[in-house]
Amino acid sequence: MRELHAIQLTVNGVRHERSVEARLLLSDFLRQELELTGTHVGCEHGVCGACTVLVDGEAVRSCLMFAVQADGSEITTVEGLADGGAVPDLHPLQAAFRDAHALQCGFCTPGVLLTLIPFLEQNPDPDEQTIREALSGNLCRCTGYQSMVEAVRALAEGVGR
Amino acid sequence: MSAAHFGAAVSRNEDARLLTGQALFVDDVQLEGMLHAAFLRSDYAHARITNLDVSAAQESEGVVAVYTAADLGEYWQPGPLLVPPQPIERLEFHCATQVPLAKDKVRHVGEPIAVVVARSRYEAEDALPLIRVELEPLPAVANPVAALEPDAPRIHEQFESNLAAHAIQEKGDYASIVDQAALVVRRHLDHDRGASAPMENRGVVASWDRKCGELTVWDTTQAPIPIRNGLARMLGLPETQVRVIAPFIGGGFGPKIMMFYPEEVLLPWVTMQLGQPVKWIEDRQESFFATTQERSQVHDAELAVDAEGRILGVRDVFVYDAGAYNPYGLTLPINTQCTLLGPYEVPNYYTEFRAAFTNKPIVSPIRGAGRQPGVFVMERLLDIAARELGIDVMEIRRRNFLPPDAFPHDHGIIYQDSASLVYDSGNYLPALERAAEMIDYHRFLDETQPALRAEGRHVGIGIVSYVEGTGIGPYEGARVSIEPSGRVNLATGVGTQGQGHFTSFAQIAADQLGVEVADVEVVTGDTGKFHWGTGTFASRGAVVAGNACHAAAVALREKILEQAAQELEAATADLELVAGTARVKEAPERSIAFGELAVRANPLRGGVKPGTEPGLEATAYFGPEKGSTASGVHAMIVEVDPETAMVDVQRYVVVHDCGKVINPTIVRGQIIGGVAHGIGNCFYEQLVFDENAQLQNASFMDYLIPTATDVPPVDTDHIETPSPFNPLGIKGAGEAGAIPTNPLFAQAVENALQVPGLEVLEMPLSPNRLFELLCAAREAD
Repeated sequence: MRELHAIQLTVNGVRHERSVEARLLLSDFLRQELELTGTHVGCEHGVCGACTVLVDGEAVRSCLMFAVQADGSEITTVEGLADGGAVPDLHPLQAAFRDAHALQCGFCTPGVLLTLIPFLEQNPDPDEQTIREALSGNLCRCTGYQSMVEAVRALAEGVGR
Repeated sequence: MSAAHFGAAVSRNEDARLLTGQALFVDDVQLEGMLHAAFLRSDYAHARITNLDVSAAQESEGVVAVYTAADLGEYWQPGPLLVPPQPIERLEFHCATQVPLAKDKVRHVGEPIAVVVARSRYEAEDALPLIRVELEPLPAVANPVAALEPDAPRIHEQFESNLAAHAIQEKGDYASIVDQAALVVRRHLDHDRGASAPMENRGVVASWDRKCGELTVWDTTQAPIPIRNGLARMLGLPETQVRVIAPFIGGGFGPKIMMFYPEEVLLPWVTMQLGQPVKWIEDRQESFFATTQERSQVHDAELAVDAEGRILGVRDVFVYDAGAYNPYGLTLPINTQCTLLGPYEVPNYYTEFRAAFTNKPIVSPIRGAGRQPGVFVMERLLDIAARELGIDVMEIRRRNFLPPDAFPHDHGIIYQDSASLVYDSGNYLPALERAAEMIDYHRFLDETQPALRAEGRHVGIGIVSYVEGTGIGPYEGARVSIEPSGRVNLATGVGTQGQGHFTSFAQIAADQLGVEVADVEVVTGDTGKFHWGTGTFASRGAVVAGNACHAAAVALREKILEQAAQELEAATADLELVAGTARVKEAPERSIAFGELAVRANPLRGGVKPGTEPGLEATAYFGPEKGSTASGVHAMIVEVDPETAMVDVQRYVVVHDCGKVINPTIVRGQIIGGVAHGIGNCFYEQLVFDENAQLQNASFMDYLIPTATDVPPVDTDHIETPSPFNPLGIKGAGEAGAIPTNPLFAQAVENALQVPGLEVLEMPLSPNRLFELLCAAREAD
């Protein structure tokens, strides 16, 4: 049996204590230990951005981080964006994505949302080029990104609020 | 029928689940006692397996079992030939399909040799290096033309050469007209491979319930029903005891229609051996070898035209790279042969291909499916002919379009669906003119380009046309039902990989039933819910399954009206279906809710009339005799830096005709996504194999998927030429965006640089390769 390390962390406002192997990726920890499978794994080498989560408010690729490195931190995953319930109340960014058809297969979407949330906090009214640069670390094979840009612009302009 | 929903830009039913992380993808399946599999794959493209010893791996911590080909016994069988050879006269075809685990020899890098099953993926991967495998390398062949040389290393010993197929298709008599031509353009064109690269890799979870005798498989497949049927046959189980679920799939783009992948064959067998569920999820590096690829073809083509640029004939001879095995038969090269004809009148056509086995991963369709190389050849030859005759590139296309009264148009050659290539309908000129208007084609050439040129900027424009055969048979089905709660369910067999079926199929049904789109609960791709059908391929979901949904909803509407007429004592013609109720038009207070009708349609006691079918439910099927042919025009403005050969696509316009549109927002998304894929295929994405057929760029660090800063904004518009071949008038839209991008890019780059002798006759390009071509043209000049 390999050595285990005790960690404690808060995910979407819920505190968890677990013992994990040092090599366990944060992405696998979230998906397997906590069964928060909304965080998707697309490449496991830090390029595609599908596994992006917020660690202490910053967008981080959870496939490039070990769970033990998240000890003591506060994490937000896609499951933590909307209020729960049978028909979830979507976060404004989620609603903007739905309204602009900014997702097709939806696999990259959780990582895109969590990349954009801290970006929008710092850039509440970004222009198209700034949005494209913010998105450029997240790969999407379905949309061609245009509808994501439109979703962010619509949100910034307050459309539908 | 009211058409409130068909054609409306409705937001998608599935989005809330996807946006909140609640949608189930295959890797999200977690089962009690689930084991994890990892595969040992060949590092060599061509080698003999001389020794294989798994004993140390079996002892590794957490390992439950290790299997090799020898352990599979009778279960070890080459996979099925998916598409039997099309009925082409004098066709030569040699079939060699993939095996579950390599036995004596490996034929491409990444071919699986052994599978480790352990308590965790980590432990399964720990054990892989403990497997002792001795591989004696054999000379490998990467290039399909070299593979057909007489002294090439033989990939399949049972054949005399690496020739997988040879086919000639002809219409008219090209040889007889070539001497009459004012101009014959002859060129060698080269098209290389790319990856489909969906964001979700492939994966399989298999779970055997011994007590129920029931196998459940979650699979990232585009074809769950054929997988179910095949697994039942292979495992000797009744089809009713095998359930295959393709839940939410993170993009398909073609390779997820391939079957059977070795992992799809092995995981169900493993769970039956061990009695525990087992999961395998492909990692990204594996996907570069273990998932099928596409588009390598080498063409020697010629176009004969008269002095006005009218096409007299085309002759095209090409070599098609099938990869190490050819389970997908000849769909791709036949699509190439057929799609090359494009929207044009081509009276004489000679097309010949040879398919070659190579030591590279298996080839099967990727978004476009053989069409890109054909469109590339035709559009490039037209561009060159236009230049040599001094005709504008738009004008030469206009002169050759099939006129709107030429339909249905039978080309007289065999298409991928084994029937004659027939275009159902088309109207090509309006799309060309609309695209030119949107991109301001003439003003760009007359004013903008010279002004930019004077500033020392190299900005060019391109415009090309294409067609796409879509929506082919055989058939799909759907069942629409209403529960006593009033809930409307719709189940169909095709799987969904992001196309919005949960919404577009709901739109079709909602119109018939007088309910809201959000009230129709759609299930796709679960054989437990609907078990007849073939799959999602050839841009056929909306056309074939969409029309099946329509037929089922129409039948259910009839059933509701008849029952309601009895209950309300009114004639069916006097009734209307509104908001989940049937009511008398002139007296809306006389109404009955669907749920109540559903209760009465399923009585618990008492008698019913003989022949009564229970429930408020209808099932219907649709199988088109012929597919429907979509078409379009793409235009682009691109700036090229002649010093660095970097390009900047500044504008992109698509005018697309897919007949009647169910949901314009979804169609626009499909088109723009396809364009992004196409731009990747032009300038970013190339699978680079060395002379040993070893892949050099098997990661997202090295294989470049276009990002948000690489893909330009795309303006789209729509021309509507309904298909006469299906009741809804639909044509497919899923692949179109990616099809004509390559020749468009080539034309625009040449137009930007205007270097004499620069001809882009290969794809994909890269800054390096474009720079080399530029240097060669300048030197030759």
